[in-house]
Amino acid sequence: MASYLETLDIPHLPESLSVYVALYRDVQNAAFLRQQLLSGNKEFEYAFIDASMVFSRAHATAAIFRAINDYKNDRLKSHNVHSEIVFSLNPANNIADSFRKFGVADSTKDLLAVKVSVSPEITRDSVAAHLEASVQGTPVTFDDQTISEISDVTRIKKMFKLGALPSPGDKTGGTQNTNAKRQLEMSLVGAIALRGS
Amino acid sequence: MADEYKPPALPAPFNNTNPAPELLTQGAEGHLYKTFSLDPSIPAALKVRPSKPYRHPILDRRLTRQRIIQEARCLTKLIREGVSVPAVLALDWEGQGGDEAGWGGAWLMMEWIDGPVVRVVLEQWEAWMKKNASSLDVAQLEQENARVKALLRRIGKTIGGLHKAGVVHGDLTTSNIMLRLPTEDIEAETTPTGVSTQGEVVLIDFGLASQSAQDEDRAVDLYVLERAIGSTHPRSEPFMEELVHGYRESHRGATSTLKRLEDNPVPLSNAYSHMDRIDLNWILKTPR
Repeated sequence: MASYLETLDIPHLPESLSVYVALYRDVQNAAFLRQQLLSGNKEFEYAFIDASMVFSRAHATAAIFRAINDYKNDRLKSHNVHSEIVFSLNPANNIADSFRKFGVADSTKDLLAVKVSVSPEITRDSVAAHLEASVQGTPVTFDDQTISEISDVTRIKKMFKLGALPSPGDKTGGTQNTNAKRQLEMSLVGAIALRGS
Repeated sequence: MADEYKPPALPAPFNNTNPAPELLTQGAEGHLYKTFSLDPSIPAALKVRPSKPYRHPILDRRLTRQRIIQEARCLTKLIREGVSVPAVLALDWEGQGGDEAGWGGAWLMMEWIDGPVVRVVLEQWEAWMKKNASSLDVAQLEQENARVKALLRRIGKTIGGLHKAGVVHGDLTTSNIMLRLPTEDIEAETTPTGVSTQGEVVLIDFGLASQSAQDEDRAVDLYVLERAIGSTHPRSEPFMEELVHGYRESHRGATSTLKRLEDNPVPLSNAYSHMDRIDLNWILKTPR
């Protein structure tokens, strides 16, 4: 079945909890997907993230891990582990706000879909089939190169109040660019780890 | 006879981790492990602060939580400010089980720093020099001293960056300063000693760190490090002025901190203030 669906290999999670991720560009039916979330359609229990708010794999992975760890310890702040992933991306503590800022919106063009196999019926095949049938968009590889073409770095920095940091992709290039990426990435990951402290 | 030491069981989710995290050191406040980050191809350091059964459970939870959050906040702030310290990758301050019966511990996953601690670098260098310095000519001797001077200057500059960012370390010794091995291909130093001083200076172990911009607290950091170098690295001690030099050039507030350090006879009130805590732990540990 569709090979673009990636099983995210996060160490430290039990084998029974698999994490599936798929990245889409040029999504045509974002409004429909958002509506399914709003109406609480169980079939559509995903973390649907506006990919322009994702800076890198490490950034997304930090939020996913944070949510799953809180799920395992029975301390979710939101409905379920999937909404918690979107919530985990938000530096502020408002759940509705995190959906507005980081979740799928009607205008979303690039979408990151995440599904955690919280029950045994959820398999790679079932997720791949359902996403293929539901998301109208172009599946692309979930890697830092692709994400860097999608991310709205200015907006992400603003949300996390990291405006003072240098932006990767500035003309500087080379090592400085790598350092800027690393510094911003680690600042985001640290903020996610500390959220709610 | 003493039983073989068995570290306490790892907290979830690390009890799942395969292969299991490897115990590296055990300090007064916690255990340090080497494991993977959230990406299996990247290593990470894991600091676990177990709950202390001799403390009252509510107090224990509160202290453990406060301290691990404080450490993580300092590290994250320093990363934002561009000071080289290990980045925070993940954190859990709440323990497990939720109530008094649960596990009140906490853990902090940090970026793995690949390289030696400065204590070992200086020890190796001093040992070599002690044995072989007489075989070096004047120029070589000068060059060797210059390498260590330059290292101390870099350390001073990094500590300056730390203080400039509004954080004091609280336990600066040469064991808490590392040299990150260079990742790019750079030409290795040529030195008869075989001890490299290359690499980015990285400060580690912020377990006793706090946010402060007071000259007193900053001077304590420098004082504690000065004493540590004086007692463990006698051959490097005369080069302390290089460290001070690097520090002075690093930020504007440095001058008044250094003045505070020089005024020393007034007791640096907070030097080793954390010892109280350690002592208290010892007292509390003693069964009544």
